[in-house]
Amino acid sequence: MTLKRNLLSTVLAAAFGLGATGAQAQISDGVIKIGVLNDMSGLYADLTGPGSVVAAKMAVEDFGAAAKGMKVEIVSADHQNKPDVGSTIARTWYDVDKVDVIVDVPTSSVALAVNQITREKGKAFLNSGAATSDLTGKACSPNTIHWTYDTWMLANGTGSAIVKTGGDSWFFLTADYAFGHALERDTEAVVLKNGGKVLGKVRHPFPGSDFSSFLLQAQASKAKVIGLANAGGDTINSIKQASEFGIVKGGQNLAGLLVFLTDIKALGLNTAQGLIFTTTYYWDRDDASRAFAKRFSAQAPRNNYPTMIHAGVYSSVLHYLKAIEAAKTDDGTKVIAQMKAMPTDDPLFGKSTVRADGRKLHPAYLVEVKKPAESTGPWDLYKIRATIPADQAFRPLNQGECPLVK
Amino acid sequence: MTEIFGIPTQALFGQLLLGLINGSFYALLSLGLAVIFGLLNIINFAHGAQYMMGAFVAYLMLNKLGIGYWWALVIVPLVVGASGVLIERLMLSKLYKLDHLYGLLLTFGLALIIQGLFRNEYGSSGQPYQIPEQLLGGQNLGFMFLPNYRGWIIVASLAVCLATWFVIERTRLGAYLRAATENPQLVQAFGVNVPRMITLTYGFGVALAAFAGVMAAPVYQVSPQMGADLIIVVFAVVVIGGMGSILGAVVTGFSLGLIEGLTKVFYPEASSTVIFIIMAIVLLIRPAGLFGTQK
Repeated sequence: MTLKRNLLSTVLAAAFGLGATGAQAQISDGVIKIGVLNDMSGLYADLTGPGSVVAAKMAVEDFGAAAKGMKVEIVSADHQNKPDVGSTIARTWYDVDKVDVIVDVPTSSVALAVNQITREKGKAFLNSGAATSDLTGKACSPNTIHWTYDTWMLANGTGSAIVKTGGDSWFFLTADYAFGHALERDTEAVVLKNGGKVLGKVRHPFPGSDFSSFLLQAQASKAKVIGLANAGGDTINSIKQASEFGIVKGGQNLAGLLVFLTDIKALGLNTAQGLIFTTTYYWDRDDASRAFAKRFSAQAPRNNYPTMIHAGVYSSVLHYLKAIEAAKTDDGTKVIAQMKAMPTDDPLFGKSTVRADGRKLHPAYLVEVKKPAESTGPWDLYKIRATIPADQAFRPLNQGECPLVK
Repeated sequence: MTEIFGIPTQALFGQLLLGLINGSFYALLSLGLAVIFGLLNIINFAHGAQYMMGAFVAYLMLNKLGIGYWWALVIVPLVVGASGVLIERLMLSKLYKLDHLYGLLLTFGLALIIQGLFRNEYGSSGQPYQIPEQLLGGQNLGFMFLPNYRGWIIVASLAVCLATWFVIERTRLGAYLRAATENPQLVQAFGVNVPRMITLTYGFGVALAAFAGVMAAPVYQVSPQMGADLIIVVFAVVVIGGMGSILGAVVTGFSLGLIEGLTKVFYPEASSTVIFIIMAIVLLIRPAGLFGTQK
């Protein structure tokens, strides 16, 4: 009997090819397991954290997994911004808990570690939270897609806009780990390319709380622009303390290189007004983004509005599920290849593609923080100053030194 | 311009002053820890959370009740100190007969719970708290721009540290406290209510943390992890100064602030580790700490 059935399935498999034995047959354990790995409790928890779990759930709902008979499960964990903690969780998820894909993973040092482990295990990694452009550069992998933004895009968007409006001498305040270094490197390149100069830089411990000493060094440098190559709570405290020390009043400008909606909300418009930076999603851009934000906010902790990282988690999980449906397998390497082969389409980032090096392309927006008088609601925080088209927003494919595209 | 190791002396003065300001927080917090350890023999791991509660209570009073900074400076330590009294009565008092470790575990657990509750309610980005109007602006000292509020931090924390040292080392009440540390049974036999004194001491230590929290609110973002970031450094300060030594806590608090400030100029990458390097060296040479006495 068993022999007969085996024989039958072998014949069928031979007849239709391995992929054609039905969607269920190729989904390991019959469940697609999505692991949301990020900072659930530290300085990045508001801009990634539980909100990313909400975004992933929304993507599963909108894909209509239940109606299509696909079983999708979401698990989550806190990597505490520590590469060792993140690596341990990633290995346990892949080896023991049969997780098929890890999503989000802010904190570049952790993301680079998970990138490596995912490649070893042949699983899939959809990064929305981390910034380092190395994920699609020298560390690029056939198992990773870098979704929402990266340091090259931030530097290109914000850096060149500021240099072109006269901010041609810079001093960097850099978070002392992979992310800060990458952001500083990419921004410095843009500043120099546009004819500006870098007068100095200081690397602060991560996470920090008192930035006054570093700000004083920046003040003494007499640079026109103080570039903040940090994120989350570090950026919030830097901006707050810069205002305390009268840095902006003294004629120097701050460039927040990576700033999120929740940071501006926490700072308040009084302190943050006029700040210019680049983002790939803003909730009040069009009807689709507004509708997403309303739905997200209803389920998110403290009814927060989504950051671009949350939007990226939603968009990447949606495309991942579509790719599984098309490829009829949840094998990591095959799904990532399928995701690159298919065009992307979702309400938040529009129609686009994923490049061979794993870079997801979409437009970026140069935004300015509103003055308190211009804001009409608690989350009405930005005005969009310019749109950078998808083909210019990210690093050209041939400049990334990604071994996959050589 | 004169330079020291390539750094202009003026810039150096500025950095030293900033180091002193950070040292003020270390001193205030390690003072509370030292007082609690000295009398209760409890390593109060909840100290950072209580500092954070101080900042949050000040924030809530301003936004819910409209009570400003100056009243908060008085009321918040009383409120948070009272919560400390409750913790001592209901939980810590059951642990005095046991090893230090139990008190440490209990307060560590409490710290995690308190931080988790605040994070759940207010998120991790923190809440803004404005500098009081009277202290807005700053002074140009020639070598740096000193915000008035930062100047106030040094003055206020020095005053509180000195007052605490005076009460414990120079008054009759302080003498009872010190005596109760040495030999509680004997002091009890003289008719002093030792358990009540212990309760109030814990409350006082917690109130000091809350006071530091109110002082910190306008400078840092009022966020649930603000205490967790600081407390490890403060523990190192206490260990360097000598567990339970009041003077040691204050002096080491300020001087480590200075050393950290200098590190931020010469090698910023090490500024978060320099205190621990010093701790390791001090422990090797003087295991009881710089001002501690071997029991």
